[in-house]
Amino acid sequence: MDLLNAVILLLNYIIVPALSYGSQLALGAIFVTLIYGILRFANFATGDMMSFGTMFAVLLTFYLQSIGVSLGFLPTALITIPFAIIMMILYMLTIDKFVFSYYRIKKSPPVQLAMVSIGVMFVTQALVRIVIGPFDRRFLDGEKFILKAIEFKEMTGLNEGLTIKSTQLITIVITIIVVSILFWFLNKTKTGKSMRAYSDNEDLALLSGIDPKRVVMITWMIAGVLATIGGVLYGLDKSFKPFVYFNNMLPIFAAAIVGGIGNPFGAFLGGYVIAFAEIFITYAYKKFFMYLLPESLEPDSLMQLLSTDYKFAVSFSILVIVLLFRPTGIFKGRVL
Amino acid sequence: MRQYANVISAYAIMIILIILVGVFQSWNVALTILNFCLISAVMTMGANIQWGYAGLINFGIMGYTALGGLAAVLVSAAPVSEAWAAGGIQMIVCAGIIVGIVFSVRYVLKKIEKSKKRNYIIAGIIIIGLIVLRLIAGPATEHIEAVNPAKTGFLGGLGMPILFSWIVGAFFAGGLAYIVGKVALGLRADYLAIATLLISEIVIAVIKHEDWLSRGVKNVIGLKRPVPYEVDLQNTPWFVDLVEKFHSGKLKMINSITERQDVLNQLVIDASSVYVKLCLAGLFLIVVFILLIITQKALYSPWGRMMRAIRDNDEAANAMGKNVVKEHLLIFILGSAVVGIAGAMMVTHDGLFTPGSYRPMRYTFLIWVMVIVGGSGNNFGAILGGFVVWFLWIESAPMALFLINFFTSHLPETNAIKMHLINTAPYFRFLTMGIALLLIMRYRPRGILPEKIIKQ
Repeated sequence: MDLLNAVILLLNYIIVPALSYGSQLALGAIFVTLIYGILRFANFATGDMMSFGTMFAVLLTFYLQSIGVSLGFLPTALITIPFAIIMMILYMLTIDKFVFSYYRIKKSPPVQLAMVSIGVMFVTQALVRIVIGPFDRRFLDGEKFILKAIEFKEMTGLNEGLTIKSTQLITIVITIIVVSILFWFLNKTKTGKSMRAYSDNEDLALLSGIDPKRVVMITWMIAGVLATIGGVLYGLDKSFKPFVYFNNMLPIFAAAIVGGIGNPFGAFLGGYVIAFAEIFITYAYKKFFMYLLPESLEPDSLMQLLSTDYKFAVSFSILVIVLLFRPTGIFKGRVL
Repeated sequence: MRQYANVISAYAIMIILIILVGVFQSWNVALTILNFCLISAVMTMGANIQWGYAGLINFGIMGYTALGGLAAVLVSAAPVSEAWAAGGIQMIVCAGIIVGIVFSVRYVLKKIEKSKKRNYIIAGIIIIGLIVLRLIAGPATEHIEAVNPAKTGFLGGLGMPILFSWIVGAFFAGGLAYIVGKVALGLRADYLAIATLLISEIVIAVIKHEDWLSRGVKNVIGLKRPVPYEVDLQNTPWFVDLVEKFHSGKLKMINSITERQDVLNQLVIDASSVYVKLCLAGLFLIVVFILLIITQKALYSPWGRMMRAIRDNDEAANAMGKNVVKEHLLIFILGSAVVGIAGAMMVTHDGLFTPGSYRPMRYTFLIWVMVIVGGSGNNFGAILGGFVVWFLWIESAPMALFLINFFTSHLPETNAIKMHLINTAPYFRFLTMGIALLLIMRYRPRGILPEKIIKQ
């Protein structure tokens, strides 16, 4: 019984939150890695592009709520995702046409493109704040919980409750769907293969007749889908605040590099590595040990490896360690 | 002289702009802008040493700035003797343990051959060291933070004049740069950017949450200034006389004595803050001049030529017998130390240390915009970039407000779009920065004042 309680405790406080947070990071990390692999620069505008896409979803959700449209127990924001994706892709293609393409054609070094992406970051951040403002906005509606702690306790008769928020389940399900479609696309379709070829060796790909313009356009489209979905899912789970999205860029970068930059599957797993590490290391295990150990051995302290203040620092330290000992990332990077 | 024409005209325009702010807004605002321009100039010089001289990309400027600020606190805050009594010795022991861990790991690395056994020994040393640290430091920090938490709750500083901290801050930042450089400098350019950015976030996290050291998000306020205080000045006879003499023409126009006294009081209050800011500006100007002379000399010395050679083609430089790794590390430390000075200067200017305010947008990316806009590789360009970008950063909100009012003047005051735009005016500064950066990168990629190679 105690063992079961301990397991539920871990599930409730570590595994379920880490899975949903990891999914959100994973989507962002695949976005970073695709841009890095195909367009060959580190995109510092990642977080702000995500907030830009989410902004449309939030605005449309508010509009739909005001005219009384809803999805019942699902959040209304789900209907708005396709619209937000279209706006996001349009924005990305515009930015690419007016900003990035010039440097790509000139074959500027990656550092210069990264600098340019900082300019894009400033502009995007300004646009988001001018349109929707810097405030915290919640746009979740519908059923909040799938499983409440009390219901779970009554059902099983255990001491510990298990809570599953609907947003957590939605996040995980949508991530699985999106990522499987993406991998199918990259590995099985002709366009996907041409993208991988382009990422692997640009000159050879050009020689074999792959149209670089098309590859770049499709990359931005996929990036738009990933950025918007990742952003909306994060916003549903927590809340929409432009500054937080900007900060999320950092763990996303960490996830992409830990997984091996340029490798989408690595980025996908990297998201979970970062999320689990952050939550595992900053969780206070006192209660967990109280269930497992006999009373005489019960710990006095919180049994916390690091205080939760250092949540972000954990993921960055992992990144530094990975860069030191295995610069290509855990899963060999630089092949798409 | 002609070759300096663009430098001189660019600086003249900048100074005229600041004077215009003084005339139209107020001298207080203008001097605050000038002071921050000077601080930004020091930061950009640091970043320019790394990026312009050596091509090293350092996105960790925020971390070094914060360390410089921490130095200002540790040097100038009054020591808290009760806190030292409560846990000071334990903290010193902890510092000793950290040093011990580092040296024993180095010893093991040197003495034992590369093997699994060595890895286990190192892991063992680190884990045991961390556990011991935790056991000693845990209770000690609690005791220290419990000492009068509303006012102190930290170990305090040395109580020395804050000007010392400008040098100490440089050493702090340089020390961190040594560690970061050892770890990260082998990485490729964009990896290095991300790694330094994330390491600076770790530094901020530590400063924010180690309350016993820096009071964390509770902030340290009331740091001693190197210049007189406004309140003291207002009660000093010679200062009041000076203000009276300065404004004698204006004061003579007023007939009633009480009214004249009121006007004089107001003038003295205004003048005192202007005087304080002028003193600070003088101090900052001295730093900027010293740094400018040193960096100019360095840039056109054989060492500067070598750095440019390493930047432009490190393999060739390596083949010529230059130690690229060592020089990169050296220049990384030097540049970061300059940024550390700027961090200490900023805390000196504000008189308070707020770890929560260190954000990458303001302290890393903005500084990079300054370097790129001003002209990397050119010290005059870097300083100019600091001036121009800081000026835009401060003045773009009022300018945006003016433009919004101008273009929507035909709309009624209650128009929703107009009200929304007026509320969001502060965020136009991000837009200005982004567009300025994009335009410069596109049409003048070497900056306003491009790098100049003087042939000797």
